[in-house]
This record gives sequence, C-alpha cells and structure tokens, in this order.
Amino acid sequence: MIPRHQTVLFVILLLASVIMGAVLWNQLRRAHERLLRGQNAAPTQAPLVAPAEQATLMVADDADNSVAPRILTLPLPQNPEARLRAVLGKLLDLYAAPDAAHPVPGGASSIAQVFLVPIAEGSAKASPTSPQLAVVNLTSAFAAGHPSGLQAETLTVLSICETLHANLPLVTQVRFLVDGQQRATLAGHADLTRTYSAAEMGPQP
Amino acid sequence: MAAIARPLMLLAAVAAACQPLAISQAPPAASAARFVVVLDAAHGGDDPGARLGNESEKDLTLGLSVKLRSLLMARGISVVTTRESGADVDAFARAEIANRANAAACLNLHAALVNSKSGPAVHLFLSSLPSAANPTFVPWNTAQSAWIQRSNELAGELNAALTHAGITVTLGQAALPAIDSMACPAVAIEVAPQRQTVAQDAATSDDAGFEGQVAEALAAALVEWRADGGQFAAQPGDRRP
Repeated sequence: MIPRHQTVLFVILLLASVIMGAVLWNQLRRAHERLLRGQNAAPTQAPLVAPAEQATLMVADDADNSVAPRILTLPLPQNPEARLRAVLGKLLDLYAAPDAAHPVPGGASSIAQVFLVPIAEGSAKASPTSPQLAVVNLTSAFAAGHPSGLQAETLTVLSICETLHANLPLVTQVRFLVDGQQRATLAGHADLTRTYSAAEMGPQP
Repeated sequence: MAAIARPLMLLAAVAAACQPLAISQAPPAASAARFVVVLDAAHGGDDPGARLGNESEKDLTLGLSVKLRSLLMARGISVVTTRESGADVDAFARAEIANRANAAACLNLHAALVNSKSGPAVHLFLSSLPSAANPTFVPWNTAQSAWIQRSNELAGELNAALTHAGITVTLGQAALPAIDSMACPAVAIEVAPQRQTVAQDAATSDDAGFEGQVAEALAAALVEWRADGGQFAAQPGDRRP
C-alpha cells in the first residue's frame, strides 16, 4: 500500500512535468516564429534547381549616361514575380560590384518584393495578356545608401524599368515603394511618386 | 460684344477655380522683347541635396546661381532667381516664379559627385514628359510638355557651348517636378565637378575653377540663344501669325 503523501507528491510532480513541458513547447514555437519573422521568406537569389535561362539586364553606365542591354544566363524561377525579383537582384548585384560602371551599394537584397498588377483599361476585365503594372518594393537601406544625384538616381530608376520590360514585355508601367510606403524621391532627386512608363523606355528592336 | 464677353469671362473664372492650369502659349510679343533667364538653384532649407566633400549641394547650386547671374547681368540679360539664400522653396513656388517671368530660358541647377571614368562633367536633363499634342491648356504639373521641343533646342545650345569649352557633357531625360511645371524652355543642369576617388580637400580649389568654367560656358550659350532668337521660335500653341 502506497502512503497517501507519496501519491499526492507523485501527482504534483506529474502535473509540474506536464506544465513545464507545455511551457517549453510554447517557448520553442514562439522562438521558431521569431526566427522566421527575422528572415525574408522570398528568395533573394534564384534557386539553383531552376533551369538556367537567358535574362536581359539593362545596365547603366555613369560615364556616358547610358543604359545598355547585357544578356546573362541565370537560373530563374517560373513565378513571374519571383523571376523579376531575381533578375533585378542580379542587376543590383552588378551595381554593388567594386568595379561597377554605375556603383550603388546594396545588391540583390535591396529588392524586397516585386508585385504585378494587371492594368484593366476602362471596364474591361483583366486577362493574362493584359498589360501589367510592376510595383517594385525597395528596402529603405538601399534608398539611404544610394548616391544622391540627378544622373545617378535617374539611371537606377531607368535601368530597373527597362530591365522589367525587357524580361516581361507585358510590364508597361512601373511604380516604386520603399519599405512598402510611397516615398517622394529615391535619394533627393528621382521622383518616386509617379508611375513610370516602361514600354516607352524599353529597348528598341 | 459684352454679351459674348460675359460667358467667356465666366468660363475662364470657372476653369481657373477648378484646378491649377498653366497657359503654355508663347509669351506675348511685348514681353518677349525682354530676354529673361530664370536660375533655379535646387534644394535649400532642410533639404541639403547631395554631399560634395565639405559642402552640400544646396550651397553649391546657390553659389553657381549667383556666379551665373553676375555673368548674365554683365551681358545685359535680365535674371530672375528662385532663391537667394539657403531657405527652401518648394517645387510649386519655383515653377510659379519661372512662369510669371515669361522666361526665354529656365535653368534648374544641381551638383553631384559622380564616379565617372571621364572625370568632371556636366549632365543636361530634359523633362521626361511626352510632348503635348494640344498644348493650349495643360495641367500645372505637366506644363513643360508644351515646351519639350524648345527645351531640346536650348539643351542643344548649352551642349554646344559646354563642349566648345572642353567640358564633357551627357544628355538625358529625368522626371523632375521642378521643371515639369515650368512653362518655358527648361533644362536641368547637374555639375559633376570631381570623382569620388579624388581627395576632398585637394579637389576644392579645382572645383571652384570648374564651376567658373561651366558658368562662363552657360553664359555664352545663353547669349547665343538670345542672338539666335531662340525665345521667339514658334511654339506648338503659338497663336501669333
């Protein structure tokens, strides 16, 4: 016969173990969520498992204020938004390189997201072949680190717009956000409040 | 006559009250005889613009504006400036000053450090607005669309003078609210005096020399613009015979 006080003690210890297990499980789950929040879930680099495809980057050059096409072979995801993000990431990686002709710090992680929104004219319903508005969400770190100047900022905006149109011709308009918010200028000069017409800027055949 | 005039006046009053509009027709002949240049030194106040060594862009553009004003006035050209101090003037007020002046040329002045392999340079920018098909009345913030052709001609004149002075020039288009609202031949000019790799202290005296060279070339271009009758060239909305 087990004494009564030992039974009570056993029950108390069992309850304490269960409660401690529940608390630990809860803390583990919260820590995992906190870790996921800290990471950007969307890929900043194209996954290596994706098939390599040709992408046209419209690369800016400060020396002659020009934007010229450069064709690279990159592994690109199939999703159009992720694909454009990967292409823009590669473009900004070129600008972040030490010998860049248009030096801009930041690199691929400066593109937080790219969204595509169909442009429905009048009451017409948007179709898969409708012209698209691309919304490029830049990080505030990129805007803060961008060299201030009329030429420098204009070339960055121009090369992003032209690159989007070159890789997805349905993109005819481009808007910019910084950390999800509208911002007056990129670094004091280039107007980010307007919608840019990518179709008119696009490479000529 | 009065019966016709009254509805017209009423219509004009209603149109003025609805939204700001820029009348983009060419200046009347009487005021066109006066050759006026508007100098718009960019930035000011809490907006310093780019950092160029120890100086800010707002101070450099003001200095260039003062220097250019002196050169132009010495050549008998009337000058209107959008700011005379470090105070900020918003884009709307700048355009209002320029549009009231009936100017033959409006120069929006900028300065920047550019890491260019070609060294010191001047970048000329036109408004990226499309040229307006019917430019008689246009929204205020697209007033420049009626003047794209004239602005292009002015940029050509500036380019020729700067190149003649041995200065590297690049041409481009930019979305700039300051010149988009101007109803005059308008060009944004970015003076890029030095490379980022040059030591800041050593470059200061050279910068002053380069800015002086640029100011001289711009003054020569505007004298040529006046001599060529650039301010009287036909406008898309010009109603004069």
